[in-house]
Parts: sequence; structure tokens; C-alpha cells
Amino acid sequence: MTQFLQQIINGLSLGSIYALIALGYTMVYGILKLINFAHGEVFMVGAYTGLYAASALGIDAFEASGRSFPLYLALLVLVVAMAAAAVLGVLIEFLAYRPVRNAPRLTPLITAIGVSLFLQNAGMLVFSPNPQRYPAILREVRFEVLGVIVTNIKLTIFGVALALMLGLHLLVQKTWTGRAMRALSFNIDAAKLMGIDTNRVIRSTFAIGSGLAAAGGILFGLDQITINPLMGVLTGLKAFVAAVLGGIGSIPGAVVGGLLIGLAEQLTAGYLSPAYRDAITFLILIGILLLKPEGLLGVVRVEKV
Amino acid sequence: MRLALRLVATLGVLLAIYGLQFGLEHGLNDYVQRIVLLAGINIILAVGLNLINGTTGQFSIGHAGFMAVGAYSAAYVGVRIAGPLHGVLGQGVLANAVIFNAALLVGALFAGISGLVVGMPSLRLRGDYLAVVTLGFGEIIRILFNNATFLGAATGYFGDDPSGLPAYTNFFWVYAWVAVIVVLIHNLTFSQTGRSLIAIREDEIAAEAMATPTTRLKVTAFAISAATAGIAGGLFAHMQAGVRPEDFRFEKSIDMVVMIIVGGLGSISGAIFGGIFLAVSLELMRDLQQYRLVLYALLLIVIMIVRPQGLLGTRELHHVLRRRAKPARPSGDA
Amino acid sequence: MRIQRRTLISGLGALATGLSVGCRKTGASEIVIGHYGSMTGSTAHFGQDTDRGVRLAIEEANAKGGVLGKQIRVVTLDTRGDSAEAANAVTRLIDIEKATSLLGEVASSLSLAGGRVAQRRKIPMISPTSTNPKVTEIGDYVFRVCFIDPFQGRVMATFARQNLKLDRVAILKDVKNDYSIGLAQAFQNSFTAQGGTIVVEQSYSQGDTDFSAQVTAIRGTPAQAIFVPGYYSEVGSIARTADRLGLKIPLLGGDGWDSPDLFKIGGDAINGSYFSDHFAPDVATDRAKQFVANFTTKYGVAPSGLGALGYEAAEVMVDAIRRAGKDDPTAIRDAIAQTKDFDGVTGKITIDAQRNAQKSAVVLKIEGGKAKFETSIAP
Repeated sequence: MTQFLQQIINGLSLGSIYALIALGYTMVYGILKLINFAHGEVFMVGAYTGLYAASALGIDAFEASGRSFPLYLALLVLVVAMAAAAVLGVLIEFLAYRPVRNAPRLTPLITAIGVSLFLQNAGMLVFSPNPQRYPAILREVRFEVLGVIVTNIKLTIFGVALALMLGLHLLVQKTWTGRAMRALSFNIDAAKLMGIDTNRVIRSTFAIGSGLAAAGGILFGLDQITINPLMGVLTGLKAFVAAVLGGIGSIPGAVVGGLLIGLAEQLTAGYLSPAYRDAITFLILIGILLLKPEGLLGVVRVEKV
Repeated sequence: MRLALRLVATLGVLLAIYGLQFGLEHGLNDYVQRIVLLAGINIILAVGLNLINGTTGQFSIGHAGFMAVGAYSAAYVGVRIAGPLHGVLGQGVLANAVIFNAALLVGALFAGISGLVVGMPSLRLRGDYLAVVTLGFGEIIRILFNNATFLGAATGYFGDDPSGLPAYTNFFWVYAWVAVIVVLIHNLTFSQTGRSLIAIREDEIAAEAMATPTTRLKVTAFAISAATAGIAGGLFAHMQAGVRPEDFRFEKSIDMVVMIIVGGLGSISGAIFGGIFLAVSLELMRDLQQYRLVLYALLLIVIMIVRPQGLLGTRELHHVLRRRAKPARPSGDA
Repeated sequence: MRIQRRTLISGLGALATGLSVGCRKTGASEIVIGHYGSMTGSTAHFGQDTDRGVRLAIEEANAKGGVLGKQIRVVTLDTRGDSAEAANAVTRLIDIEKATSLLGEVASSLSLAGGRVAQRRKIPMISPTSTNPKVTEIGDYVFRVCFIDPFQGRVMATFARQNLKLDRVAILKDVKNDYSIGLAQAFQNSFTAQGGTIVVEQSYSQGDTDFSAQVTAIRGTPAQAIFVPGYYSEVGSIARTADRLGLKIPLLGGDGWDSPDLFKIGGDAINGSYFSDHFAPDVATDRAKQFVANFTTKYGVAPSGLGALGYEAAEVMVDAIRRAGKDDPTAIRDAIAQTKDFDGVTGKITIDAQRNAQKSAVVLKIEGGKAKFETSIAP
């Protein structure tokens, strides 16, 4: 029983990270109908930025002397990483996606794959392909509840993810930008006719999504001990599946999808075999696309000719 | 009369290939030979993938999975039937030829079947979703092979001999199959069926409105495309010591996509060019290996932005060259 | 027809390029030894350290006048940790660099790939550290200067059973890796033969980062230790995961652990664990101490077991070339096969009939972020 609960806790924390990344996918797809394959790499860059920012702020000295990294510095690292990722996201949109925005569907798809590959391999050149240990931006504290080990990092993941998702929800529902984003996802041409600066809204969407992914990246690094330049590939794909599972274009859907995928993965790895942990995500994708393509919380869309 | 001519032409081509093989094997070292063989295998992959991605416009990015199915089946069957067939036909070239081609055909069959299995559910989806689902299937196939202990699991399948699988693959077989597949695909593309596939690419809903059985055609094209990838896989397996799941990762599917994008999505001659281009550039960039994928990625992006139709677009080389001589004419017989 | 002429011309052009690539002039006044190793990739430490050892040996040999009156040139090609790449590297070393003998690889899967090419082309190859028995089974041109995994598995099993007095051990192996699978099997056979029990066998794949599922499963068993016969890149994370999940039992492992990265990633969690290796830098013969000093002076870092074995493999190769009397692959092969009581830095080396070396293994304990000699076990 404790093993089951442990797997659940692990699954939920992993799922929260997937949810953070899935939000970026779902927002971009909602507006541009484009799968931003490069989103996984933004997640990776966010994680690495966190690593380098922490190093620059002297985390090695803290770790060597056994003191915890101060909270205000940890928050600074988070902000820096999210900002850097936001800039990267906007750059990608501007340089790679905007020129092909009106091209037939295949072209932006291939471009997105190209950007993703580029960042992965550039990452390997810049960051070294070997796994690097993630610095203890948050010092790990373990406690045992009913035989289940929970660390403060897992709790932080839940907390930060929840806070960011709530923040996003407020943004989308209550602010002008949010309303504009919703308008664009409904009908981009009509939004343009209504005088909305679509380019600006799209930029904001990419920026926000990328920032969330970066937060996910730092949390991932803290949880997974090491990071490497290819960490975004599979994780990004799974987050995309999470977005589809929940209903692409739906923000609560991305959250639900993320948690479900995280749980499915952990339970498969624990009870079936670790070898199939990735396969299960793809199977879920195929299943949901065949049975309920609009996703669990999504809305059926009619294709007009 | 025409049939006789065709037979003579076929024999002539095969003899020419055989002659080239002789010359090449004695003129070039192992290393360059390998590049030439890989180029041929790439051509088969590119031309096959082009049928579904280019001609039919259905974007599949998991084709490495079908190549894997073909590779493993051909390797496994080849090893199993080698014993009995050597008993019947002796140890000579004829026996090897029969074993090898039988294995390749079995590989193509299994690959084609897996193409059907993947295609039937997936081809109901469009665009991005289809791409991701095919990616998913490609990965699932690889994970299955990675865990199939009777096929060597992650280590790979090396047959029964410690020195690996028999090296059946040589210039003649690779290029004979290249010729066969290119001719087949060419005839298919320029036939009535081919025109229906193009119609699906151009506007699927309109095609359906014109009573084209779109799903059936898409799935068939998918299966054929998978089968050709299977042949390529079988050829590839028998020039390596063994078949490993590592050889069929997503990167392989991306290599295939790069091939057809560079040459032009929808053009057979473009695919041929793309296949050769990839094999050659792979070797030329061997020392710059770490930059290779970065450069391929940049290439993809730049091509998409600047010249999305690639080198030849949907036109064939002989169309482009003929255009210089006289005005375009609709292609002839059905 | 116009098209065919064009294709023919470009075809000939390609052929010409190909032929020119194929013909590279080499100095007949030098002896070329090819070394293929993982200089980049997740196991880059393996290849780099081995290469350092190889180069030191060749440098020393050249300083003494080379061999057969000629200087030796070592060409190192990167396999990037990929077995298809290993086969390619060996083909290139033979065809383009015209190597008459080969050194490599560290990882068994890569040695298998490269070895098959070497065997087919009849170029002798010595692997410094591949321990999977299948490597030398490829054929009579493939040798190694280290022990093999049936022995290494027995070493750790004996240590676990007799020194640590353990009854129940879990195994966590890397299924993507011949070395890991073979060593796990060898350990299991020996441990159960000595009366112990393997409580559970879990697996992961090289490249994985999340081991919480496997470790959680092991946590639910009465295991007293975990045997992790994998590469350093994952072992560090596994140790940390175990520590984090409150699993305070020692980890046991093999020579794949040998790298400074193990300590960097494993941190405190890896202290109190043991692994078998070829060479213990802190307890050594005079010859070994001399080697360590020279290595450290030249490179600024101390050698790992791999550096020592790279050095040894190169030394054995040079000695074999000398005994062969000519720069001919077959003669060199025969000379390697006759290596007897060669005075190497990790002990005396005799190549047996199976083309393996009979050597002792050392067991190292990790304490304070360093590996220290614990005991030595002879074959």
C-alpha cells in the first residue's frame, strides 16, 4: 500500500510539471493551431538558465558550507529563468513561426520540428551532452507520512504549479490580454477585424507559456537530480499528449491531462515495467485521438469548407 | 512486342548494375562502398516516404518504425530459412540470392502489415495530429523491439553466428531494388490511382465530394510506403552486423523527412536527390558530427521559410528539363 | 537522351570524389595504431581517460626510438558512445588511416561492433577494458587485457557474501547495455551459488533520469544492498534517488562506475558503496606508482582504472609489434596471442587461449567522495 501511495505522490509531482509545460502547448495551439514542438526545448533552456543563474549567485559556496540557498535568491533564479525563457519563446515565434504563419499546415509543422531539433543539438554543443547535477536551489528536506516519503521539493512543485496555474487562470479570465487571447483562439481573423493587435497577443502567449515551462524546468531539475540537453524531447512530447488528453485549447484540460499522464507513467513504471513508461503515454494519445479527439474537457470543432 | 522490349530493357538495366558493382567493388575501398550502399537505401526510403508525405500529403514522421519492422523480420526470417535452403540449394550465390530476397519480401510484408495497422486508425486524423500519432507509433514500435528478448532486446539481433548477420547486402541488390521500387512508385504516381492521391493532397474534402474513396486510398498508400521502408530496413540490416533498436530512433525518421523536404515534397527525382544528399552529407560532415544535426535543423527551417517546395517542388526532373525544350503537356496514358 | 547524359556525368563526378577520398597517402616510415573510443557522449570520460593512457604509452615508446626503427602514430576516432559509429570508426581507421592494429573500445557493446569489423578485415584489436565475454568470442583477431564479467560478477558476489555478509541483494541493471546485462547475470549466478538470494531484479535504460519507480519498488523488499552494474552516468542519480527515498543500503557495482562524475552527481549518497575495478591508485606497485606520477605530470589529473588499462593495452600492442618483427597485421596478431608475463602497470599480463587476460580485481570503497582500496580478489 505504501508503495502505491509513493508511486501516486511521485506521479502527481511529475504530472504537475507536465501540466506546467502543457499549458504552453495548449495556449499556442488554441490561437495558432500550431504544435510548438520547440516548447520542450524552452523547458530545457529554462532549467539550464536556472542552473547557471544559481551558480552565478554563488550556490556552490552555500552547498559546500552546508547552508541553504536563501529564499530570496531562489526566487531571483526562478524569475531570471522565466524571463530568459520568455525571451527565447518570443524570439522563436518571431524568427521561425511568423514568416510561415499563413503557409499550408505542413510548413509550420516542419519548421517547428526544425526549431526543436536545432535547440536540442545547439544545447548539446553549448551545455555539454553529459548530465549535470542540478544545484540545491531548495535544500531537500524529507519527511515520512504513513510510510510514504515526501520531500519539500515535491510540495514546492505542487505549490508553485498550483500558484502559477491560478495566476494564469486569473490572467485569462480577468485581464484584457487574457480576453484577447481567448478571442484569438476563437477566431483569429475576427479578432484582427476587431482591432486587436494579434502580433502582440501572440507574443504574450508565447512569453507566458515559455515562462511557465521554465518554472517547470527548474522544478524538474530539483526533482530529477540531473538535467541534460535532451530532457525536453520526451518530456515535451508527453506534455503535449497531456494537453491533447485534457482538450487542446483548454487550460483546465492541460492541468487535468498533465496530472493523469504523470500518474499513468509512474504507475506503469512501478507496476508494469519501467521500459514501457514512455509507451503508455503514446498509447494514451492514440486512444484519446481515436475515442474522443477533442479531449476530456475539450469542445468538438466542426471543420468548415 | 512492347512486353518483350520491356523485358530486354529490364535485363539490360540489371546487367548494367551488376557490371557497376563489379567495377566498384574492385575500385573503391570498404568505406566509400558503404556510403554508396547507404545512398541507395536512402533513395528507397525517400521515394517510399514521398509517396505518403509528398504525393498524398499525409504527414508521417514515424517511418523509422516500419524500417525497423522490415529490418528485424528480414533478419530473423533470413537466419531461420538459411539452414533449410542451403540444404536444398547448396552454398552458392543462387542460394544466398533466394534467401536474401525471400527475407526482404517477408520484411516488406510485415512492414506493410504494420503500415496497415498504424494507418487505419491514424489516417482519420489530419495534419499535426497525424504527425504526432505517427511519431507515437514509431516510438511504440521501437520500444517493443527494445523489449523483445527473443530478438535481442536493447542489445539487438545478431542472428546465430557470433560474427553477426550474413552480409548479403551489396551494390547489386541495393540498386536492383532501387530500380524496382523507383519504377513501381513512378508508375503508381503517374497512374489514375496516383492522380487520386494527388487530389487527396490538394483538397481532401473536395476529393471526397467527388466520390474518391479517400480513407481506403490513404491507407493503401501508407501500407505501400511502409512496405518499401521494410525493404530498405532489410537491406540495411544485412550490411550491419545486426539490427538494433537504436538505429531506428526518431532521428532516423527525421533524416527521412529531411531527404524528401530537400528534394521537394512530392517529387520522385527530388526524393532520389534527397536520399543521395543525406548519405553524402552525413559522411562529409563526419568530422563535424556534433554540428550535423544542428545544420540539418537549420536547413529545415531555412528551406521552410525561404523555399518550402525544396529543390524540385512537386515536379519531376524530366519535367523540368523537358520544359526547356517544349511547352508542358499533360502526361499520357492511364 | 539528355537526362541520362547529365546523370551519367554527375555519377562519374561522384565516383571521382569517392575514389579520391578512398586514397590517402600515409608515410611508410611510421606505424599506425588506430584507437576508437567514446570521446564525446554520455560516457565521454571512458574514452578520454583511455586515450590519455594510450597516448602516454605511445609517447614513451616513441621517446625510446619507436618500434622496428619507426615512430608510432596513434589516430583516435570518436565513437560517441554509439555502436554503429564504432563500426564506422574502425572501418575508417582501417581504410583511410591504414592502421595495422587497433585499440578499443571501453564499452562492450561498442567493442562488439568494432570487433566484428576488425575480425572481418583481419586487423588485430586489443580492447583495454571491455569485460563482456562475447567480445573475444568474435574471432581470433580480437583480444583484451582485462578480466571478463563472469569473473567480475563473481568478485562482487564473493565480496557481498563473504566480506559484507549479505544474504539478500536486489539487482538494478541497465537493459540497454550488454555489459550491464552480462555482469548482472554473472553476479546473480555467483551470489545464488554461494547461498545468497536475489530478492528482485529491476531495470532501467542508459539515458534515463527518473529512477524513483524502480527504487520505490526495491524499497518494498527486504534487500540489504543493490547491485547496480551500470555506467557512472546513471549510478550517481540512482544513489541520490535511493537516499532521498530513505533507502539507506549500500550500492554495489562494477568497473563502469569508474569516473569522477560519479562523485559529482552522487554526492554524499554514494558514500559507503563499493565497486570492483582493475586498478586502485592508492595501493600500487612501484611500476604503478611511476605510471601514476608520469600520467599526473603530463595531464594534470590522476588516472582512473581506464587510463591505466589504456596505457597497458598500448604497451602490449607495442611489445607485440616488436616481437612480430614486421608491421603486418597477421604477424602482430600472432605476437599478441603469445604475450606471456608481460609486466604491466596493473600486474603481469598473460593472454590465454580465449584471448583474455587473467588478472586480479580490486574492490574499492567510496568514502568522503573518493574511491579507496578495500580488498583484492584473484581469479
